[in-house]
Amino acid sequence: MDEEKMVMPQPILETSRLRKIFGGLMAIVDLNFKVMPGQIKAIIGPNGAGKTTLFNIITGILPPTGGTIRFKGGEINGEKPHRIAQKGISRTFQTVELFGNMTVLENVMVGRHVQTKVGLIQSGLRLPGVKKEEKFVLETAQEKLDILGLTRRANEPASGIPLGEQKLLEIARALATDPQLLLLDEPAGGLNETEILKIGEIIRKIRGSGITVLLVEHHMDLVMNISDEIVVLNYGEKVAEGTPEEVKGDEKVIDAYLGVEIRYA
Amino acid sequence: MGKENRKALFILIICLGIFPFFIRSDYYLSIMIFVGINAIIVMGLSLLMGYAGQISLGHAAFFGIGAYCSGVLTVKLGFSIFTAFFCGIFLSIVMAMTIAIPTLKLKGHYLAVATLGFGEIIYVIFNELLEITGGPSGLSGIPSIHFFGYAFKGGWRYFYLVWTVAILLLIFSLNIIHSRIGRALRAVHGSEVAAQAMGVNVSQLKIQVFVLSAIYASVAGTLYAHFVTFISPSTFSLFVSILLLMMVVIGGGGSIWGALLGAGILTILPESLRAFRDFDILVYGVILMTILLFMPEGIFKGLILSVIWMRKKW
Amino acid sequence: MSLFSEILQFVFTGLTIGSIYSMVGLGFNIIYNATTIINLAQGEFVMFGGLIMVFLTVVLKFPLFIGFPLTVMVVTAIGALFERFAIHPLRNASLLTLIIVTIAASILFRGIAMFIWGKDPYTLPPFTPGGPVMIGGAVIMLQTFWVLGTTLAIVVLTTLFFGKTIVGKAMSACSFNPMAASLMGIHVRKMILISFALSAGLGAIAGIVITPISLMDYDRGPMLAVKGFCAAVLGGLGVGYGAVLGGFIVGILESLTAGLVHSGFKDAVALMILLFILCFKPSGIFGSEEVSKIKKF
Repeated sequence: MDEEKMVMPQPILETSRLRKIFGGLMAIVDLNFKVMPGQIKAIIGPNGAGKTTLFNIITGILPPTGGTIRFKGGEINGEKPHRIAQKGISRTFQTVELFGNMTVLENVMVGRHVQTKVGLIQSGLRLPGVKKEEKFVLETAQEKLDILGLTRRANEPASGIPLGEQKLLEIARALATDPQLLLLDEPAGGLNETEILKIGEIIRKIRGSGITVLLVEHHMDLVMNISDEIVVLNYGEKVAEGTPEEVKGDEKVIDAYLGVEIRYA
Repeated sequence: MGKENRKALFILIICLGIFPFFIRSDYYLSIMIFVGINAIIVMGLSLLMGYAGQISLGHAAFFGIGAYCSGVLTVKLGFSIFTAFFCGIFLSIVMAMTIAIPTLKLKGHYLAVATLGFGEIIYVIFNELLEITGGPSGLSGIPSIHFFGYAFKGGWRYFYLVWTVAILLLIFSLNIIHSRIGRALRAVHGSEVAAQAMGVNVSQLKIQVFVLSAIYASVAGTLYAHFVTFISPSTFSLFVSILLLMMVVIGGGGSIWGALLGAGILTILPESLRAFRDFDILVYGVILMTILLFMPEGIFKGLILSVIWMRKKW
Repeated sequence: MSLFSEILQFVFTGLTIGSIYSMVGLGFNIIYNATTIINLAQGEFVMFGGLIMVFLTVVLKFPLFIGFPLTVMVVTAIGALFERFAIHPLRNASLLTLIIVTIAASILFRGIAMFIWGKDPYTLPPFTPGGPVMIGGAVIMLQTFWVLGTTLAIVVLTTLFFGKTIVGKAMSACSFNPMAASLMGIHVRKMILISFALSAGLGAIAGIVITPISLMDYDRGPMLAVKGFCAAVLGGLGVGYGAVLGGFIVGILESLTAGLVHSGFKDAVALMILLFILCFKPSGIFGSEEVSKIKKF
């Protein structure tokens, strides 16, 4: 009989002994964790546990003090943010970082930047290829707006739409880069119940289209409902990792959260 | 480019085209030539400041580099006008990169001051390199431009020359604004960190825009030198850099049309205030303050808002 | 004159003019600390100080001890009016627009000065009569000691003001977090007004003490502003005593360059120092990198 070969899938993102020190503070301590392709993985932990710092390190905004990060097998620690975006990692921000001076549609069009290549001179001289690329950018941007249900806001200034929609816009923009890994930093922050349910659906849809999702989130219901796996951080260290069921019952996790009121946004 | 821009461009070209038929006096034509020259510099500055959100308080230096390269190389070394022109551009690119690369990480005030420092140092160099630039007494005898025997000596010929260049650069600028690069620039202005996260190479873009704006200024410098045929360092001082900045802001920082408007107003205004003599700086200051207080977004936006407001009322 | 005496002379000249840069720089810091605005009309306060003093003491023949405080009060009022009518209405505009407003104000002030006093330079008699003193072979004018003394007094007073008085501490609080400061009961508007008034007053004092030495005309402002700003950045933008040290360093280097190298490059010295600092340590000698990253430029 043929032997069944077990092909171990490679993690799409993997950190190894990752460390970050700010002055005297160890923000992230020897962190090892991995994200498998196609997963929805959540990072939770009390405030100050190092979650956003972790995101900032993965996306190149902050350099790690030690350790490595691998994306699709290749090391990305120390790379600049725009290079990491080009490699296929995209993100949203905890406090919305939209381009307030541009319209909703234009914000998403900027997301297409990595997938296009017309340069300064070419644009200025309107050489052949520019018009075609512009059309392509416009169409794909409109598609993403559609997925997030923001089409009717397309020509409004991004700074003028309500917070819930701004969060959706950030996701649309991040999706426009056609990422393989999407990092969502507190996507439910500041949203009401209905909006949170919608975000949950959207995250599932995103995973359904083949994109791996790594999210930082405080809203426990959302996390428990949509995540395949959860990593728990406290004081920069991994305290637990596993399925929602496993993590829920873990004593160390309960300890970490003891005394912390979990609010719904 | 957008329909609105195309329409505006068309109107502008028509107006400029027929202008010399109605205004024949060399004096008024030369004012409009200066408007055109300033407009070229200011378009570059507008891309840098209005769209990319960077500040330069030293752009007169690039204007001067273009002018002096053209002047010195044609007068002292007998270079052809074209060669001198390209040398000016080349030198401006080099100097722009020298300034842009280290100051890139600086923001707001620091960047402004670094550009100010650069501008002043170039100004001092113009003044001190006596054998080359003629120092404070200036450089004269700059030849006028001629293509194939046809001389552009001023008057309506030079008017068309300058404005043709200006319009071409305007089209180039509008193309950039309405493209991937233009969006990337505005994104950098909106949120640098988000722009980076979306794959925009912010450092490279900032340098590119800065260098581009320096090239615009250098082109203007060449046109200036061959028009006035005599240049001196005082035309390229800090005061002029600040004046250029004001053209962008007062005209309307966020729009290239605003910049053109600003160039027009702040070129024509000082000329028309000549009559005031002792009062001229005072009146100038009063007008500037008034504009800034009532239309801080610039005259262009101010006018548009007024038009919208009036439409609502009636 | 021996080389040593020459250098000593230059150092004293440098300290003298450096004192003015220090006071201008201090003025910059005060406004910057309260508002993060760079007031490019700072030099005009110095100019007004000198010229108004000339008017009061030479034309109206007021004695020094009346003219001095009166001039300072007038210029302080100008600073306050400037804040009320030009800065406050535009408080929501972009930082760039505000910087431009200060530039426009500088033009306006210069216009007023030119209108009133014309383009000629004016002088004041030195505060104490008497010829120059010899120190180590260097010729030092008596007025120099007035300049240095006044600067020292100002430094001490402002340090006490910001460190010890409630108003001073309140002003520092405003720059870090106006919202929090306001919630603590600090009247932010008033603090901003005071910062402009105070800076104007400092500028006036500088103008008064320096005029007997280097005269004063309507157009002095911009150069002083630029160099004073270099002094402030060198010392660390926002750090009071930094501007003082910065001012002296700029003044001395400038003076040495003018004397030993070539006077034409004198004006470039301050700027080269500036560029140098911006390349290597933008937060200045005393500035802290972390802090300068937090503050919004």
